[in-house]
Amino acid sequence: MRKGLSILLLAVVMVISACGSNGNGGNNVNGGNEPAVTNKPTEETSNGVTDAPAEKMYIPLVSKGFQHQFWQAVKSGAEKAAAELNVDITFEGPETESQVDKQLEMLQVALDKKPSAIGFAALDSQASIPLLQKAKDAGIPVIAFDSGVDSDIPTSLVTTDNLAAAGMAADKMSELIGGEGEVAVIVHDQTSRTGIDRRDGFVNRMKEQYPNIKIVDIQYGGGDHLKSTDLAKAMMQAHPNLKGFFGANEGSAIGIINAVTEMKAEGKITVIGYDSGKAQIDAIKSGLMAGAISQNPVGIGYETVKAAVAASKGETVAAKIDSGFVWFDKTNIDSEEVKAVIYE
Amino acid sequence: MRITEIAGVKSKFAVQSGLQQLLAFGSLILLIIFFSIASSNFFQFSNLVGILLSTAVIGVLALGSTFVIVTGGIDLSVGTVMTLCSVMTGVFIAMWGLPVWVGIVGGLLTGAVCGFMSGLAIARLGIPPFIATLAMMMIAKGLALVISGTKPIYFTETPVFMKLSQGSLLGDIIPGFDIPNAVLVFFLAAIIGSVLLSRTIVGRYNFAIGSNEEATRLSGVNVRNWKIAIYSITGLFTGVAGILMASRLNSAQPSLGMGYELEAIAAVVIGGTSLSGGKGTIIGTVIGALIMSVLTNGLRILSVPPEWQTVVVGFVILLAVYADNLRRRKA
Repeated sequence: MRKGLSILLLAVVMVISACGSNGNGGNNVNGGNEPAVTNKPTEETSNGVTDAPAEKMYIPLVSKGFQHQFWQAVKSGAEKAAAELNVDITFEGPETESQVDKQLEMLQVALDKKPSAIGFAALDSQASIPLLQKAKDAGIPVIAFDSGVDSDIPTSLVTTDNLAAAGMAADKMSELIGGEGEVAVIVHDQTSRTGIDRRDGFVNRMKEQYPNIKIVDIQYGGGDHLKSTDLAKAMMQAHPNLKGFFGANEGSAIGIINAVTEMKAEGKITVIGYDSGKAQIDAIKSGLMAGAISQNPVGIGYETVKAAVAASKGETVAAKIDSGFVWFDKTNIDSEEVKAVIYE
Repeated sequence: MRITEIAGVKSKFAVQSGLQQLLAFGSLILLIIFFSIASSNFFQFSNLVGILLSTAVIGVLALGSTFVIVTGGIDLSVGTVMTLCSVMTGVFIAMWGLPVWVGIVGGLLTGAVCGFMSGLAIARLGIPPFIATLAMMMIAKGLALVISGTKPIYFTETPVFMKLSQGSLLGDIIPGFDIPNAVLVFFLAAIIGSVLLSRTIVGRYNFAIGSNEEATRLSGVNVRNWKIAIYSITGLFTGVAGILMASRLNSAQPSLGMGYELEAIAAVVIGGTSLSGGKGTIIGTVIGALIMSVLTNGLRILSVPPEWQTVVVGFVILLAVYADNLRRRKA
């Protein structure tokens, strides 16, 4: 029994380590395969990287997470840029967006690998500064993406202007409900930069431009689909005259859609979402949701790697790179411009 | 003799927990009266149904947790195992295109197997429940992400799956009485759980192990095997919760689930089940879960700032357990 158990344990450990090395191979986007391609010699020589992968630049990206579709899309953009520029990247992030300490460990490990440059999406705008100072001292350029830090160490910040994007959501809301009535908002949290900016962007635009629209309630659902659903139902119950509902991220928006369906209020409430994902796309196509703001996550990943490569070569990089956002609804959801930024 | 002894111990507890239930039930009614006066939007059919529906997932998790807590153990893995169950159901139905009932059985089995593994680790390897289920919590979380490829799995091809929780059998029979099926499942699970815990040999040994594990073992009961069985039962309930969750969201969301176990434990404790084991009822847990969701719903309807909602819920847990202690000292 005991012997059998130890053999089993050994087997498990072996399987896990095998998976681990596979995973690393997958993360190293250009891992070995690219140089073997023989039918494109001109391109490779023109880039001046004909030799062994040892000369390849290595750029780790420490993100806020990896589970959400949003971060997967950022990763795919980063991988695209890495393939084009022929550099190696890795992409990692903590499990939840509250694990500031875990993210710092990841940043530390990334720095220890002596990379050419580093991409970093700070969970906390202050906590990482000592580590970033180390990077600066070691001459490793830092490109901040998605969220900035309270420091001038990062060479560049690649981000969405969330204030402007949420402001646009407010414009669309006013247009759709006829410039007056009660509106409620569900945000993912009240502490993160994106949560604060999207809430303030929406609320401020309403106050400044549309005095007849009243924001009756703002609540926070943690981005949890189920909790946001129950939250949205309670809010609809408390405010029976609600005309519009804005969800500031994917989980919040889906919660609102679920609530509208469960309360059988389809057509009575104008729903505007944020980010994409299959559920939101389906809701927009079926008319349940009026439209949504999408950031350009693929663009964020792409621009980050591009800026990192440029910075490590000593080229000048703009201090702020706006990766842009789009409004999408039934009319333009199948257009190329929108298809390029939304994800299922 | 053994059985009568255990039965005697139990009946004493039955009287005590009857009191506790009365207390808990009284607080529930008081809360409902309070919110009904505070806002006219609270005491309405649609909102009360909403409260029941929002209780279903956490409620079923809490029902399952009651079993292990009565043994004096704990199961920290129910939140993420629930997620793993919904992901497995998604794999069976949406990825492999198997019939819906196969997916449901698959989801339930996933839960039972996870519970069985936790039970095995606790009873056979002697790992403390806290640690064994903490490990299971992480294993299940990781597996849910690995199996789903970190992407949500949608059930859009099988509309009948959504009906499992959102359809209304009752509404079809009695027009206008649209109680969603998820609520029926919750109450059905509660009845089954209650029968299991108070009328079967599993329940009897469950209380015996929780009251005095050593004495139970010495009187010839195979404590290890019964523990494994009890953790598997908890896993089965977790599977039910996972399927309800997937059906309600019409998708399996691999990144949810963390933290749900604590809400389930809170509901069990508010319902008068003792964390030191040997004492507890299913009806208490049902009331505990209802208190939690009436409280969150009511505070939201009153538009209490969300930061304060959390503080209030924390105080209610403290108060509930303190009241329980007071009553026990008197008894």
